[in-house]
Amino acid sequence: MAAVKLLGVWVSPYNCRVICALKLKGIAYEYIEEDLLNKSPLLLQYNPVHKKIPVLVHDGRPICESAVILRYVDETWPQNPLSPTDPYERAVALFWIKFADDTTSSIAMIYLTTGEEQEKAAKECLEMLETIEEHGLIEGKKFFGGDEINMVDIAFCSVAHWLGVIEEVTGLKPFEPHKLPKLKSWILNFKSVPVIKESLPDIETMLAFFKGRREMVLASKSS
Amino acid sequence: MADSNVKVLGTWASPFVMRVRIALHLKSVGYEYVEENLLEAKSELLLKSNPVHKKVPVLIHGDKPVCESLIIVQYIDEVWTSAPSILPSDPYDRAESRFWAAYVNDKFFPALRRVLISTEEARKVAMAEILEGVVLLEEAFKKLSKGKAFFGGDNLGYVDLAVGSLLAWIKVIEKFTETEALSEAKTPSLAAWADCFSSHAAVKDVFPDVDKLVDFGMKLRAKFSKAATAAAATTTN
Repeated sequence: MAAVKLLGVWVSPYNCRVICALKLKGIAYEYIEEDLLNKSPLLLQYNPVHKKIPVLVHDGRPICESAVILRYVDETWPQNPLSPTDPYERAVALFWIKFADDTTSSIAMIYLTTGEEQEKAAKECLEMLETIEEHGLIEGKKFFGGDEINMVDIAFCSVAHWLGVIEEVTGLKPFEPHKLPKLKSWILNFKSVPVIKESLPDIETMLAFFKGRREMVLASKSS
Repeated sequence: MADSNVKVLGTWASPFVMRVRIALHLKSVGYEYVEENLLEAKSELLLKSNPVHKKVPVLIHGDKPVCESLIIVQYIDEVWTSAPSILPSDPYDRAESRFWAAYVNDKFFPALRRVLISTEEARKVAMAEILEGVVLLEEAFKKLSKGKAFFGGDNLGYVDLAVGSLLAWIKVIEKFTETEALSEAKTPSLAAWADCFSSHAAVKDVFPDVDKLVDFGMKLRAKFSKAATAAAATTTN
């Protein structure tokens, strides 16, 4: 029986965060793909409160919530540290991880809504990207983690990889790279890291998935 | 040992600010408390220290601002390492504590807020969520406390601060809806814990007066329903 199991859904950015962390630390794990329309007894047993993925199971004990999992992984397996050692730097990192949670939700809202609601969602998303550019990314620093990626970079995987897909599927493009040069560089740098490249889901498969989802959203709104 | 050079920007009614102050009290850290008037104008210091969200609480240590109540509590725990620790030392126990604190922030508190500011239908739904939530928290308490007085065991811990800071507001919505959320009958462990928490030396001076909080809550409710009515008047279907 594998000591580390991950219950996830391939298309979830929250799931991707955990995969990135496990791979960066070289931790072997068994991956279990969940069907959220037909949740497994294992998932319901391990996450009775939220019934959501990802869930990391270590020696039979579940850890839920991707941000909580990231910290657990970092504290349990010290190789390739993913957070700063200085308490203040760590507080700053945690701030941006929370901001990444909010940004990830706002990206999802763009494909989940229509009309005025969708315009509002796109506007909020852009404001968050501008905030990242202005306050989160430092000129000359390759990653949020400095020269190496850390858990903040991982937390923002939705911006690096999901945003572009959602933009293509909905036709709304809140992100204009030339206006946010630091963010544009960060995305390129992040996606060039070999472990990250391995961990991100395939774009074509994502496009097909989100196109289907978008059609469902439009169908439900027009009835 | 009191540490000079620590400021807390806050408001008396905010449960999030309360968490920070309790943490500093637990560590015997002296600090200057600055009451912000959020209904009037936010201070320059607040806008400068928390440019992203412009919210309280903010802890300013030396010249370094730390934002977001749970992050501040963790920072306090890591900087002032005198006993007692607020977070447990074992990584799995820490993960459990963080999970429950996230539950309070992401699910329980928003439901409390909805009870306060929503119209009748939404309020009923939100109150039902609160009643389910306290049952979950009762179970969590039994598991985490291991028979001791607090979520953190013998001492106040991370989850005590996360949940306990909401007790006064829970009392407010109990009065408002005329429904008991915490009771000896339905949530006996939490009811007992609530008494221990609110009378704790590190808590009692910052636990808000419930009648004052009820008044404040009604003002907030009026403000939000005005805004909601105005917004509804300007949207077209």
